Amino acid sequence: MSKIEVKKFNLYYSDFHALKDIDINIEENRVTAMIGPSGCGKSSLLRSINRINDMVEGACTSGRICISGQNIYDEKVDVGFLRKNVGMVFQRPNPFPISIYENVAFGLKVNRIASNKNVIDGVVEKSLKAVLLWDDIKDKLRKSALSLTLEQQQRLCIARVLAVAPNIILLDEPCSALDPVATVKVEELIIQLKDKYTIVIVTHNMQQAARVSHDTAFMLLGKLIEFDKTEKIFTNPSKKETSDYVTGRFG
Amino acid sequence: MRKIIDSAIETIIFICGMLSIVFVVLIFGFLFKEGFSFFRNFGILKFVTGHFWYAASDPASFGILPLILGSTLVTIGACTIAVPIGVMSALFISEIAPKGIRDVLKSLIELMAAIPSVVIGLIGVITLVPFVKNIFNLPTGLTAFSGSIMLAFMAIPTIITISEDAIRSVPWKYREGALALGATKWQTVRRVVLKAAMPGIIAATMLGIGRVIGETMAVMMITGNAAHIPHSIFDPVRTMTATIAAEMGEAVRGGMHYRSLFAIAFVLFAITFIVNFMADLFLGKNKNI
Repeated sequence: MSKIEVKKFNLYYSDFHALKDIDINIEENRVTAMIGPSGCGKSSLLRSINRINDMVEGACTSGRICISGQNIYDEKVDVGFLRKNVGMVFQRPNPFPISIYENVAFGLKVNRIASNKNVIDGVVEKSLKAVLLWDDIKDKLRKSALSLTLEQQQRLCIARVLAVAPNIILLDEPCSALDPVATVKVEELIIQLKDKYTIVIVTHNMQQAARVSHDTAFMLLGKLIEFDKTEKIFTNPSKKETSDYVTGRFG
Repeated sequence: MRKIIDSAIETIIFICGMLSIVFVVLIFGFLFKEGFSFFRNFGILKFVTGHFWYAASDPASFGILPLILGSTLVTIGACTIAVPIGVMSALFISEIAPKGIRDVLKSLIELMAAIPSVVIGLIGVITLVPFVKNIFNLPTGLTAFSGSIMLAFMAIPTIITISEDAIRSVPWKYREGALALGATKWQTVRRVVLKAAMPGIIAATMLGIGRVIGETMAVMMITGNAAHIPHSIFDPVRTMTATIAAEMGEAVRGGMHYRSLFAIAFVLFAITFIVNFMADLFLGKNKNI
């Protein structure tokens, strides 16, 4: 069974029909990339998977998105619990203006996962180690997260997500604010994480999709055009729009 | 020709900018001159710690401790009431209220800020003072407590408006980040939004305190004007500002009493300066962590 099943999913922002009848099945413990030109709806689809789009005024949906078989748009769903299981990393690093330690501990505290200081200390250390940040910052955990470099901030945001032990991690153009060197490092991190998590990444950068993902979805004007193995999308796509896009003829 | 206009405008702007600095320096210099000559005659320690203010008796006693305590008591009381109400109203307006209600509330609050203090004082004398007298069974309703409530009314609009701006300017990405980690709306507000808005909220509070400390008319009408050391918030008190306003007319120009009022003004100025300075220090520190 697929980890994430999207069935006939439509999203409207007031009058604007942003996602049209999307059907896609995302497998467990794989990295799935979503590519497409700006405004094609790839971020909207990603933001529908943890229902963070609920916050946008005028947004409404139809159809279903099932995670492990449970429709997340069902009325009974606890959105907080859903978002704990479906972590998200945003385009621009958004660490909170509190200390590094408190940033990582945030998810543990708000979800009441742990309140014992020793337990929290342990999770903070483990999460920061997982994103290879621990050695650089272990002596300044009490400093403001905003004092870190952009790359470190983005790593911190990933660590913050890992701390609450989600099953799925959504990455919304996680490298678009980073320089090429930092991008490579964050990509290496994503590849490392794939064994434990189901990862969905939205990216503008086709090389990035080719480098990190197993499967790739190509979207255009709110529709899913093609979804297949990454090699197939980039070497032998079956739709003309896909091949035009990946060969750089438009977009 | 265009160059001349350019340099003329630059000069005018420069002069206007300089003027405000000159005014502050002049006011400070004048207060210092009048106050200092008083301190030399009377002694600054005796002035600040003296228990009795009998400016018109013979021999006169110029102890402003009761006045300092009066101002402090009324200010602390007003802040205790105004800060929680102000910040929570700001939260309601920016986070909870639907758009229509929000706009109405904001314009009402800005209107509230425009009520002249003498009007607030008048309403306080007629409504609040008898109410306080009856409900606490006091000999008089003209107390520090009544003054605190009325001054809180005057500080609340400032605190709401500026805190609300601060809360609303917290970047959306912080809220999104917190919600995406599974936080509820209230957890997001308490743990992230309020923390990010804290410098602005502190600035709002300081401006509110500034208005309360410097307020004269309403406190003169409501606090009872008894220059003795208060034992509780239900005692009548007299503030430094009210003393200056009430006695300036009867003091002989150039005399001891006259100069003692300038000395009070000097102390008041020093206190507000310290409050502002501490606020700046705190804000600066907050930025760096």
